[in-house]
Amino acid sequence: MFLINCPFCGEREQSEFKAGGEAHIVRPKQPTELSDDQWAEYLFMRKNIKGIQFERWNHIHGCRKWFNMVRDTSNDEIKAVYKMGEKPPVK
Amino acid sequence: MTKNLRVKSSKLVDETYRISFKFNGTTYYGFKGDTLASALLANNIHLVGRSFKYHRPRGIMTAGSEEPNAIVQLHNGTSRTEPNVRATEIEIYEGLVASSQNCWPSVKFDIGGINNFLSPLLPAGFYYKTFMWPASFWEKYEYFIRKSAGLGKSPDVPDPDIYEHKYIHCDVLVIGAGISGLIAAKTAAKNGFKTLLVEEKSYLGGSTIYQDSEFFKINNQNSASWLEKEINEIKKIENLEIKTRTSVAAFHGYNFLLARENLTDHLPLEQRENKTRQRLLKIRAKKVITATGSIERPLIFDNNDRPGILLSSAIKKYADLFGVACGEKNILFTNNDSAYETAISLIQKGIKVQAIIDNREEIDSKLIKETEKNNIKIYKGYTIVDTFGYKRINSVSIMKLSKDGQKVVGSKENISCDSLGISGGWTPAVHLFTQSGGKLKFRDDDQIFIPNTYPSNQISIGSCNGDFTLDEILINAPKLLKQFLNIKKTEYENIEIYSAFNKSKRNIWLLPSNKIVGKTKSFVDFQNDATAKDIKLALREGFRSIEHVKRYTTTGMGTDQGKLGNMHALGIISETASSKMSELGTTTFRPPYTPLTFGTIVGRNVGKYFDIIRKTPIHEWHVENNAEFENVGQWKRAWYYPQNGENMHEAVQRESKAARDSAGILDASTLGKIDIQGTDASEFLNRVYTNAWSKLEIGKCRYGLMLNEDGMVYDDGVTTRLDENHYIMTTTTGGAATVLGKLEDYLQTEWPELDVYLTSVTDHYATISVCGPNSKKIIQKVIPEIDLSDKDFPHMSFKNSKIGKVKCRVMRISFTGEQSYEINIQANYAKSVWEKCMEAGKEFNITPYGTETMHLLRAEKGFIIAGQDTDATMTPIDLQMDWIVSKKKFDFIGKRSLYRSDTIREDRKQLVGLITDNPEEILEEGAQIVADMNKTPIEMLGHVTSSYFSPNLKKSIALGVVKGGKNMMGQKLIIPMEKKQINVTVTDPVFLDKENKRLNA
Repeated sequence: MFLINCPFCGEREQSEFKAGGEAHIVRPKQPTELSDDQWAEYLFMRKNIKGIQFERWNHIHGCRKWFNMVRDTSNDEIKAVYKMGEKPPVK
Repeated sequence: MTKNLRVKSSKLVDETYRISFKFNGTTYYGFKGDTLASALLANNIHLVGRSFKYHRPRGIMTAGSEEPNAIVQLHNGTSRTEPNVRATEIEIYEGLVASSQNCWPSVKFDIGGINNFLSPLLPAGFYYKTFMWPASFWEKYEYFIRKSAGLGKSPDVPDPDIYEHKYIHCDVLVIGAGISGLIAAKTAAKNGFKTLLVEEKSYLGGSTIYQDSEFFKINNQNSASWLEKEINEIKKIENLEIKTRTSVAAFHGYNFLLARENLTDHLPLEQRENKTRQRLLKIRAKKVITATGSIERPLIFDNNDRPGILLSSAIKKYADLFGVACGEKNILFTNNDSAYETAISLIQKGIKVQAIIDNREEIDSKLIKETEKNNIKIYKGYTIVDTFGYKRINSVSIMKLSKDGQKVVGSKENISCDSLGISGGWTPAVHLFTQSGGKLKFRDDDQIFIPNTYPSNQISIGSCNGDFTLDEILINAPKLLKQFLNIKKTEYENIEIYSAFNKSKRNIWLLPSNKIVGKTKSFVDFQNDATAKDIKLALREGFRSIEHVKRYTTTGMGTDQGKLGNMHALGIISETASSKMSELGTTTFRPPYTPLTFGTIVGRNVGKYFDIIRKTPIHEWHVENNAEFENVGQWKRAWYYPQNGENMHEAVQRESKAARDSAGILDASTLGKIDIQGTDASEFLNRVYTNAWSKLEIGKCRYGLMLNEDGMVYDDGVTTRLDENHYIMTTTTGGAATVLGKLEDYLQTEWPELDVYLTSVTDHYATISVCGPNSKKIIQKVIPEIDLSDKDFPHMSFKNSKIGKVKCRVMRISFTGEQSYEINIQANYAKSVWEKCMEAGKEFNITPYGTETMHLLRAEKGFIIAGQDTDATMTPIDLQMDWIVSKKKFDFIGKRSLYRSDTIREDRKQLVGLITDNPEEILEEGAQIVADMNKTPIEMLGHVTSSYFSPNLKKSIALGVVKGGKNMMGQKLIIPMEKKQINVTVTDPVFLDKENKRLNA
C-alpha cells in the first residue's frame, strides 16, 4: 500500500485515496467541432505505460482534493505529487 | 509402536508439565513446549497424512512453517475446527484433538492409495487432458473431481473466536528473531530507533539458540550461551517491542506489512473464552530489516517421500530443542556439511547414527573428522537410489556416483534404518523480500538466489541474504546495519568467532538413478505430488516458462507454496532445457507467506459489523409499523408494510391503490442531496445536466438528467432553485456519493474558474413525501400557514415554511405521477413530522408505502429508475427522453457523444412499454425479448427492465429495452420462458395519465 504525500494534507495511507486515471488530458474547449475520431481520442484513448506515468489522484477520504502524481509503474515509486493546474516537476 | 523416544531434557520442553492430546482418536502424551510434530515423533509416530494426488503415506518432514506433509485438521466437527494446520507449528495444549487429512477411511488404510498404483496413468496435466471431452460429460466428472479435490474440511458453523486488526507504526521492523534479527533489533533499538521485532515461533534465537557445541563459538562461549545472554539484554531495552508467534504474511510496497499475531492457539480451549484469538497487524515501518533465515533443501531421488524421511536440520532440531529422537537407526544423506552438525548433535545425545551418505567424493572438515572419530561410516561420493518401507522407511539402496555426477556406477548396497535425514544445502527465505518488489540475483557458487536490488528502505541480513555461517553473519550483518541505520559503530566490531563449518557443497538437482527417470518417483513438490518426471514431461510437451511449468505440474501450488522444492524444480528445468538458472528466474512469491485464517483477514467486520448500515431518522417508526426492509447500498429502506399476514404482492397492491385513490406517505430521506452555492451555480448546472438551467426562476424545481462524457445516462433527480445563487440538487439514493465525486472532479480539474461550492447534506435533511388526491389537505393540516393553492404553489415549485418553530422546505414534485408534496426538514425533527402527517392523514386513510410501491407507481407513469431501466449503455435518446436534451446549449457533459456514429444508430436498444396479451401475466425482470422463435440462432432483441401488476390499471405492465423499439409501437413480440412463451405488445412507456392531469389536479 502506497504512502501518498497529499499536496494539501501530507503523507497518508493509500486507502484514503482514489486513483483517477491518466493526467493532463484536457477536455476539448469546443467538442462540437471535433470529428468522431478526435472525440474518441479524448474520450477513450489512455496510455498504459510501464515506467513513468502521470496520474490523477483524489484524496477522497480526506480533503477530497484532486491532484497529480508522477509514478513509475514498474516499481510503484512515486516521483512527485503536484496540484491541479501545475506543471509536472519532473520530466 | 508406543515407544518413548524422548532422549534428554531440552531447551524448550518442560518435562514436569505433561499434556494429553488426541491424534486420530488415540490419546498420547507430550510436554509443555512440544509442537504436535515433536510430541508425535516422541511417540514414534511418523505417518500423519496422505499425499494429495497419489495418497502416498507421508510423515513429518520438517520442523517449521515450510512443512508440506504433516498438515492436520484440528477439532474436526466443532466450531473451532481448522484444516491445513501444520503439525510442526501448532503447540500442543491439554485437550488438543488432531486428525489426518486427505485419507479415507483412515490414514493407515486409505482407499485413495490406489492412485499410487495407477500413477503411470496420472501424469502431469492428467485432469486437463482427460476430462476435456465430451463436454457434456463434465457434469459427471465434476462430481468425482470435486470429491477428491481439496485438503481438509471447512467448518460449517460460525467461528466463536474474536479476531482484530491493529495498526503499528515503527522506525524499524525486524522480521525474524534468529541471531541476525536479534543483533539487528538490539543495534536499532540501542541507537534510538523505535523498533519492533517479530518472530513466527514461540521462542527467540532461531537455530543458534540450540547450537550448543564447541564447534561454534562466539567470544569463547558456545554460540547458544552467548546468544542467550544477548536475548536477556535485549528483553530489557525499552524502545524495542518483541512479538513472538507472529508471522509476517505480506510485505507490500512502501514498507507496509501484514502480520498475524497468534494469541491463544497454544492455550487449552477453556482458557480462550473472551480472548482475542489472532490479530492482524498492519505495520508501516520507516525501515525494514528482513532476517527470515533459510530453509534446508531436500534431495531429489527415487521414493524420497516416505514417512521417516526428514530434513537433516529437522532431525537436529527435534533432538536439540525438543529432546526427541526421530529414529533409533538414523541415516543422514547430504551434499554439504550440515548433516554432520546433525550427526554430532545426535551423538551427543546418544542417538544412533547408522551411516552418512555424502555426494561429495573428496571432503575434509573438522565436523567430518569429529563424526569419523565416533566410528560412523561415511559413504563418500555415494547417492541413495531407492528407499523401502511403505508406512515407514526401513532401508535405503545406495550406489556410487560417477565422477561427473550424471550417473551411478558399481553395485547396489542396502542399509537398514528407521529414519533418514536429507540435506541439499540451504535456500535463503527471500519470499517476503520478493513480495516487496525486490529483485534477486543468482549466486553460482552455491546455486542460490539472493537479494539484489531493494525497492524500499529495507535490507536483508543473515542467511536470507546468503550469509550462512556464524562468521559470515557476525562480520557482514553489523557492516550492513551500520550503513543502513547510518550509525558509526555496533557492539559487534571486535567479536571473536569460531565456526567449524566448511562451505563445500556438491549440488545435483536430480540425483541419478539406476532406473530411467520415467520409472522413478522422485518428489519435487511433496504436497502436490509433483515429481521430476512430471517436470520433464512438461518440458517435453513444450512448456518453457517456469510459471507455465508450475501451473501444469502444480509444483509449488500447495498450502506450503513449494517452500522446499521450488529450487529443485527450477534446477531440473535448467538442466533439462540447458538454460541458465539466472535467466529462468523464480516463480512469483505471493502473500500470504503462510496461510491466514479468514477470521484474521476480516477481523471485527463480521455479523452486524460486516458493513456500515445507514438508517433514516424515521427508521424506528418503520420498524414499529412492521415494515420489511430492503438494502439500497448501505441504506435500509422500508420496502413494504405488510398488514394482517399480507404477502409482498398483496401489501404492494393495497399501498399502490391507496396512494392513487387517497393518500400515501413515503420516507424519501435516502435520496442524495447536494447543496450548490456560488455565483456560477446556474452555469455549472447548465454544464452538468442535459437541459437548460439559466432561466429557472427562484422557487422553481426542475428534473435533470446527468450523462457521462460518453453520452450514457448516469443519474437523475430534481434540482430546486432556492435563491439567486443557491440550489439544492437531489440524486438517486445509490448515486449520491459518486455524483458528488463527479461534480467535484469537474469543478476542480476542468472548470476551476467557476465560483461554485458543493456540500453534501444527505444526512442533514430528511424527506417526507405525501402523495395522492388528498395530499394537499393533509399538508395544509400539518402546515396551516402555507398557501397551497395551485396558482400560488403549482407543480414543480418550492416554498420555505415552518412547522411550529422549525424551518422546512416544501417542494411540490412527484415521482409517482400523483399530486405530491415533499417536506424537507432537519433530520432530528423528521420522525415527529412524519407522525404529524400520519395523524393529519388519518381521516384520509393515509397509507405508508415502501420502495416496492414507489417503483410500481413510477412505472405506471413511465418514469425511469437510473440503474434499473438504464445501464451504462443508454442515452437519453434511447430512453425516448429527447425532450430533456437541450439543442441550444453550447456544451454539457456527454453532449458530443450523443451524435457519435454509434449513438445515432436507429437500431439501438430503446426503452418501450410492454403489455402482455394476458393482463394477469407478470413478466420476469431480466427476461429476454425476441421477435422470431424460428430463426437460428434466435435473435435477442432486448430484455425486460421493470415489471409489475398495476392495481390502478388492473393489468400487468412492464418496461423493457428493445432494439429499434421506438419504431415498433403496436408490434407483437415474444418473451420466451423455460416452459412457455409470453406474447406481448410494444407500447408507449407511459401507461397512466399521459396528460399529467393528476399532477396538476
